[in-house]
Amino acid sequence: MKGIGASQGIAIGKVFLLEKVEVIPNDTKIDMDSVEDELNRLEKAKEKTKDQLSKLYDDTIAKVGEKEASIFDAHLMLIDDPILEHKFKGYVSNNFYVAETAVRLAMNEVSHMFEELDDEYLRERAGDVIDVCTRLIYNLAEVEIVNLQDLSEEVIVVSKNLTPSDTVSMNFNKVLGFATDMGGKTSHVAIIARSLEIPAVVGMKNIFSKVENDDILIIDGCDGTVIINPTEEEITIYRSKQKELKEEKNELQKLADKEAITIDGRRVKIAANVGIEKDVYNALKNGAEAIGLYRTEFQYMDRVSLPTESELFEAYKNVAVKMGDKQVIVRTFDIGGDKHINYLNCPQEMNPFLGYRAIRLCLDRKDIFKTQLKAILRASNYGNLMIMYPMITHIEQVRQANEILNQAKLELHNQKIKFNRNIEVGIMIETPAAATIADLLIKEVDFFSIGTNDLTQYTIAVDRGNQKIEYLYNSYHPAVLRLIKKVIDESHKAGKWTGMCGEFAGDEKAAVLLLGLGLDEFSMSPTSMTKVKRIIRKCNYSSSKKIAEDLLNISSVDEVENYLDNYINNNNLKEG
Amino acid sequence: MVKSLIEITNETGLHARPASEFVKVAKNYKSDVFLQKEDKKINAKSILGILALCLNKGSKAEIIVDGEDEGMAMEALTDLINNMVE
Repeated sequence: MKGIGASQGIAIGKVFLLEKVEVIPNDTKIDMDSVEDELNRLEKAKEKTKDQLSKLYDDTIAKVGEKEASIFDAHLMLIDDPILEHKFKGYVSNNFYVAETAVRLAMNEVSHMFEELDDEYLRERAGDVIDVCTRLIYNLAEVEIVNLQDLSEEVIVVSKNLTPSDTVSMNFNKVLGFATDMGGKTSHVAIIARSLEIPAVVGMKNIFSKVENDDILIIDGCDGTVIINPTEEEITIYRSKQKELKEEKNELQKLADKEAITIDGRRVKIAANVGIEKDVYNALKNGAEAIGLYRTEFQYMDRVSLPTESELFEAYKNVAVKMGDKQVIVRTFDIGGDKHINYLNCPQEMNPFLGYRAIRLCLDRKDIFKTQLKAILRASNYGNLMIMYPMITHIEQVRQANEILNQAKLELHNQKIKFNRNIEVGIMIETPAAATIADLLIKEVDFFSIGTNDLTQYTIAVDRGNQKIEYLYNSYHPAVLRLIKKVIDESHKAGKWTGMCGEFAGDEKAAVLLLGLGLDEFSMSPTSMTKVKRIIRKCNYSSSKKIAEDLLNISSVDEVENYLDNYINNNNLKEG
Repeated sequence: MVKSLIEITNETGLHARPASEFVKVAKNYKSDVFLQKEDKKINAKSILGILALCLNKGSKAEIIVDGEDEGMAMEALTDLINNMVE
């Protein structure tokens, strides 16, 4: 079977089906005399539920973070809610239902009430009511809630879907991998699996119905292959693949604290792209010399209103402190495009990628932008932060953004709050417009960072999500390469530097070429850093320069890729 | 029993975190606490009740407190509402 490889690595092991049990509705009535007993039973189940929730809350704070734990705090408040309580008791005392049924009826009533409201936030609260009441019903019926904390042997967890509340209670030491019917590369399970470095295949559609507990499974998170009850031979093949991967990983880990320096002494910086707190940990573990892209959109998502200056400050400060004196490039929020935020009430657009997003939105909603800039400035007192503006196309945008930055500085100065007055400011080069006027833009900023995903999309005019044309999307296109060269050259002429934070920077094959083009900083997902470093340490800068020059004059994408593949193979650049 | 008319001025309204803060404060007191918006009156120690009242920025409502510590409770709750910034 094939799914989407969401987290690299190979797992071989027994299936553990994560099944959500249904408690069968029971409409039997109780005697008038047993009302009290029934209410006592309800009370006991409530206490048990509260204990579970408190434990989940504590565990999640310890293992994941406060933000993720807050859901269980909310659940704790719900379980004691007077409205629910009143309804539970009413159905038992006045209608003589068993407690399970009383809770179910109350749950339906309250959740329907919320589902009908014209407010997305409140509709989601209906889900919380259902979650809490279901837990209570399980406890009443003494059905064991599958507790992944107590897994006794190593397993591959197979499920239709995995929600945050499933994963937070999991004992990851016993989980070899995940295979789920639903989900894509950016789903919750994929993100968790990658940050824990556990193999995962998602989007399998029907694996859950095809396997049983204790079946043996092979999952290959690299290419999305899943084999149910494999033959001896298949197991042998995958065992050796697994061993290779593991050896490679160990080899690579040794490079984590080494410099990215070529044989002839050209040194570049290997940096990480991060978004959530866990990424920063992975970045440091894998030897990040800097954070080349700190995505700040997450603090704006999954909520009903804008984050406050202090909330943002806390988040940035946290990252700044963790990274110490290493530089952290904070990209101001890139919202709009495919990242829609409900409470901003942005209208639906025909062409969101050409529309109201990133710096365009910031310069229109200056209040929101200034709040973010003030938060970054305040955090700059605790580490080595830099600011970067996304989606620049016009020089005026840089000037206006800097103007707002100055206002933010002035306000902090007047409030006597400390910040780094000389904080460096750069821009993302992700439009052909910006790349073409790089010589003019560099006069206004301290550095560039090339965002190759958007730069490729806009240069080739191709929508990556459109399956009929996605084959055209390729950063090795000579047009993209020439723009990259221009950007790097112009920054160097001005005595400044250029980094890259798109996926291209983490592509092993591109490393030789980018090195040759003179790129100063490679920023990528934390797990790719050592691979790119390995290649760079085996390269010769002077020959890379020649290769880059040659490649800029090759007209076909395939030829560029073949040339690089051959060069890497012939020179054994991927070997330890 | 004491009553006080309030206006919600924070961006979020009495939703999400502000709503749960309100409940937490209300629960600190022995008195019964209610919120009334137009003809709808709810138990303000219930997060579900408060959410269902849909108090957005600009909404007006009445806080009603009844019990032995009603004065203190009212003071704490109106303070909370007036100082909500989120």
